[in-house]
Amino acid sequence: MKNKLIPFSIALIFIIIFIIFYKGLQDTNIYTPKIKINYEIPSASVELFDSNEIVNTLEIFKLDKFYLLNIWSSWCVPCREEHPILMDLIKDDNLKVIGINYKDTKKNAKKFLKELGNPYDKIIFDNEGINAIEWGAYGVPESFLINKNKIIKKYIGPLNKSSMEEIKLFIK
Amino acid sequence: MLFSVIGNYSLFLGLFFGFVLFYFSVKNFRNSKVLDTKILSFTFLQFFLVVISFLCLVLSFVVSDFSNETVFNNSHTTKPIFYKIAGTWGNHEGSLLLWLLVLTLFILIFLVKTKNQPIKYRILTLVFQQIIIIGFFIFLIKTSNPFNYIYPIPTEGLGLNPILQDPALAIHPPILYLGYVGSSIIFSSVLAATTLNIVSKRWASHIKKWILSSWIFLTLGILLGSIWAYYELGWGGFWFWDPVENVSLMPWLALTTLLHCILVLEKKLILTSWVIILSISTFALSMSGTFLVRSGILNSVHTFANDPERGLFILIFLFSLIFLSLFIFFFFHKTNKNNLSSFFWLSKETAIIVNNWFMMYFLSVVLIGTIYPIFLDVISSQKISVGPPFYHKLIIPFLIPFLLIMAIGPKLKWIKSNLDDKIYLISLLIISILLSILIVKNFSSNFLINTILISSALYLFFITLRDFFNKGFKNLAQNMAHFGFSLLILSILFNSLFSSEIITNLKVGETFENTKTKIVFESISQKEEKNYNSIVAKFTVQDSKGKLENLSPELRIYNQPNIATSEADIKTTLLSDKFIVINIVQNQEFFNVRYQVKPFMLWIWISVILISVGGLVSFVKKEYEK
Repeated sequence: MKNKLIPFSIALIFIIIFIIFYKGLQDTNIYTPKIKINYEIPSASVELFDSNEIVNTLEIFKLDKFYLLNIWSSWCVPCREEHPILMDLIKDDNLKVIGINYKDTKKNAKKFLKELGNPYDKIIFDNEGINAIEWGAYGVPESFLINKNKIIKKYIGPLNKSSMEEIKLFIK
Repeated sequence: MLFSVIGNYSLFLGLFFGFVLFYFSVKNFRNSKVLDTKILSFTFLQFFLVVISFLCLVLSFVVSDFSNETVFNNSHTTKPIFYKIAGTWGNHEGSLLLWLLVLTLFILIFLVKTKNQPIKYRILTLVFQQIIIIGFFIFLIKTSNPFNYIYPIPTEGLGLNPILQDPALAIHPPILYLGYVGSSIIFSSVLAATTLNIVSKRWASHIKKWILSSWIFLTLGILLGSIWAYYELGWGGFWFWDPVENVSLMPWLALTTLLHCILVLEKKLILTSWVIILSISTFALSMSGTFLVRSGILNSVHTFANDPERGLFILIFLFSLIFLSLFIFFFFHKTNKNNLSSFFWLSKETAIIVNNWFMMYFLSVVLIGTIYPIFLDVISSQKISVGPPFYHKLIIPFLIPFLLIMAIGPKLKWIKSNLDDKIYLISLLIISILLSILIVKNFSSNFLINTILISSALYLFFITLRDFFNKGFKNLAQNMAHFGFSLLILSILFNSLFSSEIITNLKVGETFENTKTKIVFESISQKEEKNYNSIVAKFTVQDSKGKLENLSPELRIYNQPNIATSEADIKTTLLSDKFIVINIVQNQEFFNVRYQVKPFMLWIWISVILISVGGLVSFVKKEYEK
């Protein structure tokens, strides 16, 4: 009996692996996150860039204001392009910009902000790129417009003039 | 046009001969006194047909015959001839044809080289190999025929992805495939030997050559891929734990373990189950690599096309082979129980077994890191990112005992031993520890783990180095490979510890300066080549010793497909590499400049070459060591 059990259980394991791969094939773009619009923002513990505090994301977005969550990195070239737009957007009191510093080193990130200005009210430090995935991000740069704990608009790639106008319309 | 027709029919004929061979082999197996001469001629014919087919595809690429869909999708008239030829296997269809070419070549070599082996064993190996070959023929013809015809004939092709236009990458696939496909012979042979119950010392010494040759090719193939990533991707790294790199590393780990087991089997006729399972898994891992990469289930530079039908075919094929081999293993393999009890704790075979378990651990880490995201997504729709931190955290601590056992293991004798010259071993250990404390002292972070790691790598380094002088040509192959491995670990460690990086934005004429380095952006100029235009920047870099170095990184804009790439300029010296790469910052006159000093880069490549030369020495040496 024991002798038969081993082959059968191994065969069973392989059958399970087969089924999982088979199902995985049906959904080929496996790493493309869903576009999460009108979703609640994810609740997760994150590390803050300046203070190294661990806080919950819901805590960060709790005020009755508009928030723009911007995923950026010092090594990301398009992030430099969109940076002036972020600097421009924070002139409006109704909007706060929150950053996710994606797969970066603090040293380089600080230099980046010193050079181009710091538009961020708070920065989430995402050294391993895990938080960005929870938000359903494709890559850097990417921005989410958030109001009352809901994502109302998502911008993939660098922000430009027209997306800036659109954000300004939203927050009026 | 003509080439496509010839190539296409050769493929069909090759498949036909696959069935013919299968039939004759089964017939010959029943009354086997001598090997039917027909079998050898048909095997040659099948190989010849695949060669014809492959040459036809190469020629279609050379003459830019855009009526062929594969050529249209992957070539362009302005491409240099070298990359036209390399483009043949730089795509899904062509690379599968290359697989098939190597598959048929290897079975031919196998049949020619094994004249003194039992007839039944040779035929049965051929049968199993033909199952694989037929499977690949059907896969190629049904889902990815390289000779598909398009009408009306386009005047120009879509071009080869510029990042694939690199000399290292042009030879990387053929070399890697020789390794991958070589494992198919090991697979077929082990199934045949298990079925006939002839897993013996004689069989082991014959299959060892095949294991060694695939191992050498696989090692070199991975090295070439890594060199390509370093020079072409412009990130300054050489290993990213990308799923595609992992799928080549996994068969390598299995094959390396197998190599050690077969040595034990050859000497002592133990570990037969290990050998059988490892042979099967090496090939299964090579195949699943193809599956993971080609099905689009993982995304990477190697994903040529996302076609679920292809993925499904490989998946079913792969699992049929796995179930076939599981059946053979459990049905025919009889474990020899009385051998297992004779293990003494301090002996060479114990050391090898312990190292096997470490290798299996490394393999599982890589395997889990690669496929767990797929599993999780299917089961719970969660997405996770598995990156370098995962592998580093799980692998690095276990490298320490692994390196120590690698150092001491070969000192032990078979069966039972006492450690001779203990004083030497201990004094070398102390020297290694002191030396690494000296090296790591200036680096506050992770002092403890780095010191221990470097000491254990240094220990292996010294012990193998001493053996070169002490033992000379005895165990040269093993010593060389282990020496290479210690050098590899040391180079990687020093490389990651002592690398420095400067990222800044500069205009032409500006200078960046810090305490150690001064970077002057001298000028930019434009250059026009046949298949791209480029901006060449000129930098002068001065290090703390006042040594000047001219570096000229490039930004290339390829005409077809229209893609911009950054070509890093790398100055390699014996002790360190200077690496500079630029990027455009749009609508501004700034350039984003990244300058890195990477010590011991060259030694990473040299040590891997040493490792494979170790394999080569073992391959060419005949009997004199016995």
